[in-house]
Amino acid sequence: MFVLIVGAGRVGSAVAKSALAAGHEVSVLDEDPLSHERLDAGQDKSWEDSGGQFTVGTALEMDALIQAGIERADVFIASTAGDNTNLVIAQIAQKRFDVEKTIVRVMDPARASWYGEQGLHTISPTKHAIEMFERALELEPERV
Amino acid sequence: MYAIIVGAGKVGRNLARELMSKGHEVTLLESSRQCYLAIEEEFEHAAQYGDATELWVLERAGIQRADLVIAVTGDDEDNILVCQVAKEKYLCDRVIARVNNPRNHDHFRLLGIQPAVSATDLILRLIEHEVPRYGLVHLLALEEERLEIIELEVSADAPTVGLRVADIALPEGSLIISVLRDGTGFVPKPDTVIEAGDEVLLVLDPGLEDAITAYFSPNGQPAAL
Repeated sequence: MFVLIVGAGRVGSAVAKSALAAGHEVSVLDEDPLSHERLDAGQDKSWEDSGGQFTVGTALEMDALIQAGIERADVFIASTAGDNTNLVIAQIAQKRFDVEKTIVRVMDPARASWYGEQGLHTISPTKHAIEMFERALELEPERV
Repeated sequence: MYAIIVGAGKVGRNLARELMSKGHEVTLLESSRQCYLAIEEEFEHAAQYGDATELWVLERAGIQRADLVIAVTGDDEDNILVCQVAKEKYLCDRVIARVNNPRNHDHFRLLGIQPAVSATDLILRLIEHEVPRYGLVHLLALEEERLEIIELEVSADAPTVGLRVADIALPEGSLIISVLRDGTGFVPKPDTVIEAGDEVLLVLDPGLEDAITAYFSPNGQPAAL
């Protein structure tokens, strides 16, 4: 599988490393060249030597997405720090580039639910955190 | 009419003032605390603090009864999402979005956000209008209706000079709607004769520009002044 991950923060880079270790082809796009360090951290070989791809560029720029290989991506993961950026680029991946599987991180639980209903695969860390706190406190779940 | 304006920068504030002075109800949403405090005194209850990409902020502003949502923040993703949610979740059928980076225009189109207004594009059109280097000026493009209105200056060597409008066999899908001559415009009658130096306005199907240019300005140059 070819996996394109946009946003190499803690989440993006960890998922990138697991996907690469699992034998997938992985390309990472981030606007900050320094984020590459997160991909190398704790590894014996550099990200590229392990077979990973890294592109510096802004997610909303078509050229950067194409350079990172979006046209042949089977999976697209939007994990930048911004919900709005993630939601927009995920829809671009889905609608313009017909990427089969698009997964988006959305911090805001309300929009994660709504965009989930619209056919995006959303993951909301905030929602999970709330649920875990509720479980830890043995509370009734709050309706979001 | 009830309008929600997202983004209280210069554009948002002036739009709000303009709409309010015309008697419309307006809510101006601003996500920066500092900016909100600066406008609160002038706009009072019409200004609200909050990030309009969050659903509850839009709901608090009364999105369910809004007739129009205008997203004019400095961030294109925000503008896209505010309009998308307004349209698709709250079924507000009129949205207007500002495009900050003209390269993002395609994204607005892809996600169905129309009209999307880009200051750069507007200024470029104005420049084209002031400096008619290519002979042809796009005045208006109705993308959904698939129609355009263009303006052309009739050059001296144009095949249509001296012809009556009724005798000009324009391509199917185009029509002369106005002639500007000596500083005044008029709607041509069938027997109006086209002169060199006239500016003609045409409505046409997109894609006919080149064919039309050949009728009025065959070399793509404006008539000698």
